[in-house]
Amino acid sequence: MAEIKRYDNRLGVWGWLGGGRWGIERYAYILHRLTGLGILLYFLMHIVVTSLRAFGVYLWVEGGFFHQPIFKLGEFLVFAAFAYHAMNGVRLVLVELGFAVGKPIEPIYPYKTSLNVQRPLLIAMMILAVVFLAAGGYEFLGLAK
Amino acid sequence: MPEASFTAREINFHVTRYNPESDSAPYVKTYRIPVREGMTVLDGLHYIKDNVDSTLAWRYSCRMGICGSCGMLLNGRATLACNTQILHIAETDLTVGPLPNFEIIRDLVPDLMIMFDKHRSLKPYVVRADEDEINDPAGEYYQSPEELEAYLQFAFCIKCGCCMAACPTLATDARYLGPMPLAAAERWNKDTRDDGRQDRNRQTGSSHGAFRCHYAGECSRACPKGVDPAKAIQLLKRQLVLDYLHLARRKKPCQKLHGPGQGKPRPDQPTAPAKTV
Amino acid sequence: MRETKYWTWHMTAGVVILVLLGLHMVIMHLGSITHLFAPHAGEAVSRENSLFRDGQLFFTITYILLLGVALYHGLYGLRTILFELTLKPAVEKAVSVVLLVVGLGLFGLGTWAAVAVHAIAITGARG
Repeated sequence: MAEIKRYDNRLGVWGWLGGGRWGIERYAYILHRLTGLGILLYFLMHIVVTSLRAFGVYLWVEGGFFHQPIFKLGEFLVFAAFAYHAMNGVRLVLVELGFAVGKPIEPIYPYKTSLNVQRPLLIAMMILAVVFLAAGGYEFLGLAK
Repeated sequence: MPEASFTAREINFHVTRYNPESDSAPYVKTYRIPVREGMTVLDGLHYIKDNVDSTLAWRYSCRMGICGSCGMLLNGRATLACNTQILHIAETDLTVGPLPNFEIIRDLVPDLMIMFDKHRSLKPYVVRADEDEINDPAGEYYQSPEELEAYLQFAFCIKCGCCMAACPTLATDARYLGPMPLAAAERWNKDTRDDGRQDRNRQTGSSHGAFRCHYAGECSRACPKGVDPAKAIQLLKRQLVLDYLHLARRKKPCQKLHGPGQGKPRPDQPTAPAKTV
Repeated sequence: MRETKYWTWHMTAGVVILVLLGLHMVIMHLGSITHLFAPHAGEAVSRENSLFRDGQLFFTITYILLLGVALYHGLYGLRTILFELTLKPAVEKAVSVVLLVVGLGLFGLGTWAAVAVHAIAITGARG
């Protein structure tokens, strides 16, 4: 039999973002990924920069290179990313270890899935993330002084 | 009761076409067809094939959401063409494409073999040490209704591939087992007649197994049968972790009930009437 | 089953990070609200406040612990994302090795720095 030519219809990295139905968990998933990569990038540089204090070099204090508004904004973004990644991470630990997805049920239309079971947890965690974000923003804008 | 409308409405079907013998890449062809209330996308495709373009190819069989052949991408959502009504999802335009994350054989026909190969690799059947009994059964295995409920939801899967098309991990990771095979693994792991979990754990716990699921939840949203593969995968991960930490209770697979005619009848059980033929 | 091991510890590391990095963030970014572990005036990240924390064994130990678990959690996460790009098995192996080397290198650097600064802070406080 002759080999049939196939067309590979794999969606690629774009498929991480779209491709299926757009649900709130899909946004949570992609944001978790982006914040994770952002925090990791910062963290790897943070290790090197803070290790310099062993030589008495403090680049982030008054007068140092990193004591500029643009880096302050960057740090706030890292704080924001952490607030989201941590709160969503708590949900993911609970969900992925099977604590927040419910038991198998009889599928009766309209179907209720584990997404409905864990949604209150997702909402609660996002509210907590916003609370932390507000507290961080309060400090970042210098309102606490 | 709302009055059924029998007046036809014109809908543009934007159908992905691909002929491996003449096309280098898929393209979209538009058909304008009359649609009545109650018509499914599958009916629409039939109308096109019968009246407009007989070269259009797609796969279908039962027309009633049982066989799982007609999974398609309708307005960007992976679902079955036979249990989706056109007027429920389209005002004027409807895009019909083959399921993504599979190779296209022709037009709307995806090659599902890669999914079935992964499914087969997870031994989706009862695995037991007493192989003689499996091959030549002399009785029934005992399973309570409660034990049945632990996996029944995942047994409703019709292998249509909609979850595989919706999964973001499968969009890039060709080796990822995917929601359907993993849900099937959970279905057989939770079956009390089965003793193959440790065997399957090697596959499901591998680097392209269950841990490449990050709960984007698209599979459960897409599933036309309410199987909820995302739930199955999370329960599978829980079991994998428990097995790794040696925290899982060791349970023997359920035992054989007596064979036909070998059971002890209850004292109050009336005897069967004498055979008449 | 090896992936099960990695992933289980990835989750565990996440929980440890939640506690330790949470504390770190409260000290660093909510300092002007909470004033935790920053006895000197000015910012929580000032040289004096930094040295105060570096001189305490609790912080030296938790810095090293946080460094280790965060590196593991972050680099395993990166490995997960890279592995989802359908790499060749040999490339997957190479990615694992490179990430391991980077992780161990940065862990060594950070640990050395934390211990060195602890010694500096103690001698500074004494003399």
